[in-house]
Amino acid sequence: MQPIYKTIYTSLLASLLLIPALAQAGVHEYSLDNGMKILVKEDHRAPVVVSQVWYKVGASDEYGGITGVSHVLEHMMFKGTKRHPAGEFSRIIAENGGRENAFTGKDYTAYFQQLEKSRLHVSMQMEADRMRHLLLPPEEFAKELKVVMEERRLRTDDNPQALTYEQFMATAFVNSPYHQPIIGWMDDLKNLTVDDLRVWYQRYYAPNNATLVVVGDVEPMEVLRMARRYFGGLKPSVLKPSKPRTEFRQRGIRRIEVKAPAQLPFLSMGYKVPVINTAKQAWEPYALEVLAGVLDGGNASRLSRQLVRKQELASSVGAGYNPGSRYGELFIIEASPANGKTVKQLEKAINKQILRLHNKPVSARELERVKAQVLAAKVYQQDSVFYQAMELGMLETTGVGWRTGEQYEEKIRQITAEQVQAVARKYLVEDGLTIAQLVPVKDNGELRK
Amino acid sequence: MSLVKTLLIVVLASVSTMALATPKIQHWTTANGARVYYIGAPELPMVDVRVVFDAGSARDGKLPGLALLTNGLLDSGIKGQDEEALAAHFEDLGAQYSASALRDMALVQLRSLSDEKLLVPALQTFSQIVSTPQFPSAVLRRERERLLVGLKAKQESAGDLASDAFYAALYPQHAYGRPTEGTADSLKAISTTQLGEFHRRYYVASNSVIAIVGAVDRQRAEAIAEQLSAPLARGRVASSLPTVPPLEQAVEQRIKHASSQSHILVGQTGMVRGDADYMALYVGNHILGGSGFGSRIMSEIREKRGLAYSAYSYFLPMRQHGPFMLGLQTRNDQVGTAQQVLMQTLSEFVSQGPTRQELNASKKNITGGFPLRIDSNKDLVEYAAMIGFYGLPLDYLDSFNRQVEAVTVEQIRDAFQRRIKPEQMVTVIVGNG
Repeated sequence: MQPIYKTIYTSLLASLLLIPALAQAGVHEYSLDNGMKILVKEDHRAPVVVSQVWYKVGASDEYGGITGVSHVLEHMMFKGTKRHPAGEFSRIIAENGGRENAFTGKDYTAYFQQLEKSRLHVSMQMEADRMRHLLLPPEEFAKELKVVMEERRLRTDDNPQALTYEQFMATAFVNSPYHQPIIGWMDDLKNLTVDDLRVWYQRYYAPNNATLVVVGDVEPMEVLRMARRYFGGLKPSVLKPSKPRTEFRQRGIRRIEVKAPAQLPFLSMGYKVPVINTAKQAWEPYALEVLAGVLDGGNASRLSRQLVRKQELASSVGAGYNPGSRYGELFIIEASPANGKTVKQLEKAINKQILRLHNKPVSARELERVKAQVLAAKVYQQDSVFYQAMELGMLETTGVGWRTGEQYEEKIRQITAEQVQAVARKYLVEDGLTIAQLVPVKDNGELRK
Repeated sequence: MSLVKTLLIVVLASVSTMALATPKIQHWTTANGARVYYIGAPELPMVDVRVVFDAGSARDGKLPGLALLTNGLLDSGIKGQDEEALAAHFEDLGAQYSASALRDMALVQLRSLSDEKLLVPALQTFSQIVSTPQFPSAVLRRERERLLVGLKAKQESAGDLASDAFYAALYPQHAYGRPTEGTADSLKAISTTQLGEFHRRYYVASNSVIAIVGAVDRQRAEAIAEQLSAPLARGRVASSLPTVPPLEQAVEQRIKHASSQSHILVGQTGMVRGDADYMALYVGNHILGGSGFGSRIMSEIREKRGLAYSAYSYFLPMRQHGPFMLGLQTRNDQVGTAQQVLMQTLSEFVSQGPTRQELNASKKNITGGFPLRIDSNKDLVEYAAMIGFYGLPLDYLDSFNRQVEAVTVEQIRDAFQRRIKPEQMVTVIVGNG
């Protein structure tokens, strides 16, 4: 068995190495005189286009008392301008066969439309209008704030694992803005005013704080001409960059319990790690990515194999890391214990896996497996026009830059087993660790046994 | 403003008359009876293969969870390779294997690069997984435990509780009423023998549809289809499912749950795939609550009153009558108001139907957005498999817009009045209201 496998294995790597050259699709970058950035990528497989406007503002720009303001403003962006009253944006996009929505993250707020290609101008016209001319009617604000509170109840308050995650992040980060949830604390939402939104809108919604990303069956110069026509006349703002709020060095393990009505315990462990934006050693975030792949890149990776299948301690387990954030991040490992097992046993088993990473370089085969998946995923990603645009917009908006994204696979390919071991030893250490445990209680508050 | 309006109309007029090329679906049957649906997509160096069996939880019989466990354990081991070897094999090749079981169908899918050096070994293993799984008892024991944990997790979620209660009330005598994930009792009763029997009965060529989309030509697609179907027994098509009796009276169920919101689900039986009223109901529901912002339910519940974050209605057409469902989640003390607005909105729509203006707007949205439905290989392989599984016409995609255009206000009103009975619905409310 082994030799046959080996043959396939070596030849397949050669095949995988050929892919990126073939798959490299060009991104065209332009800027308008008002400072707005434009990224265009052609994909002529289907007569469709996705258009996204990314603003460099998100929950990590917020400070105490107004958390959630970026997200509430995102909701209010659908509530009208003088030219397009509340609901008009959505109605016009719908009439044009479009899909539209928006999302707010820690480091960005983005608006998108997916359309048949000949209707791209419709989305540009809307986005240009609401970039500078939003009305923010108080009666619409009052209703939409209630909607957002319902959203918070749905996503966080009634979801014990999400509730745990929120407090976990608030414990891990003290002075970094990643302390606060994107949706905002309920108490801040209750006290949010339409004036808070107005200030936020005026401060951040300007062409020189935005990137337009267009991917699809389009001609780049044509997109540029259209963008000039619709966005070119908008006035830029004088931008005040947010203060850095760099998280101070953690000095020892932090532990919390979250008691919530739930059936099952849950464990979150997070280690402070650098990201592409903050790393002093440029390779480190890529080594951490490979490390995440070794632990949880797929069904064959270490955590599933060891904790779920071999030891049967976990019912589910996962690891993750986002190297593309604006500020320093957590490398997170999460797990639910198997029936009859405890969070304590899980933590011990996870620590054993971490120790193994400290003490022994990952095997050549594991390393190659992670790389094979990354290279193949690069091709699969191109099946989604939307995802291609997402990636460009996100990288550009968090300050990583889309060009860095183009080099991602190459950087991953260069990572060695020694480098993976080095980042494990440097960052997966107790002094930078935060642990949160969800303790299930019954509806009456009693502990669930 | 007026200039903008005119421009828009001109653009719309020119687009709706434009002929959009839809991808051509080729269909044939393998030597031992598997039905194949193939779409060539040479642009990206990748292939998607989806194999669908009439082996969903509707086939569970007395053991809810049997279809799901059989499907989930396909990759638990084949001759000479245990589950660890299988997982590593796909990942070494950069291939992605997935499996899932719904009520009507069980499916397995392989996504691989089209380079033959990678595709050949991936397909070989994929074929063995589907045709000759070994179902080791240790894996069954472990996966059963994980499903039992999953059942507990469902108890944490008001949404999951509501959904299970809704299906149970809507299909009291029918297999559709039981959860695909099974129950604690049934899961404990399932043995590897039963997995093997279920597999032998349902994972057979005659009971399968193979959908292939990607950078392979017809000849290669034929070879892939033969490779996948040849090791399967020819077998026979699964017997027809019993029909679903309509509800005769309203049922209301309230479940207490320690949540800050209550989840409301209301509905009745809806339609079958290939239903004569499909287009009228589909387009009508798009206006009622199927299209997000601008639909009546979203407008009344969220935009006008701020009662919920999500509010919707949908038909889920299935082999037998799938559900027609309306849903929302709202703060516990607003349940009464939200329920009343929801039912009022539904009743008005059923009695009056949509306006001409609403219908026109919906038609523009559906037909104008058609290219978005089929803009990726992922979409195409899903459509190809669905068309094959439910025996829809091969020109389903080609004729879609034409059929939408043909729907009238009268047809929608008539179809809703004949089939939707707001006074005879299942209502489930889960929360602390």
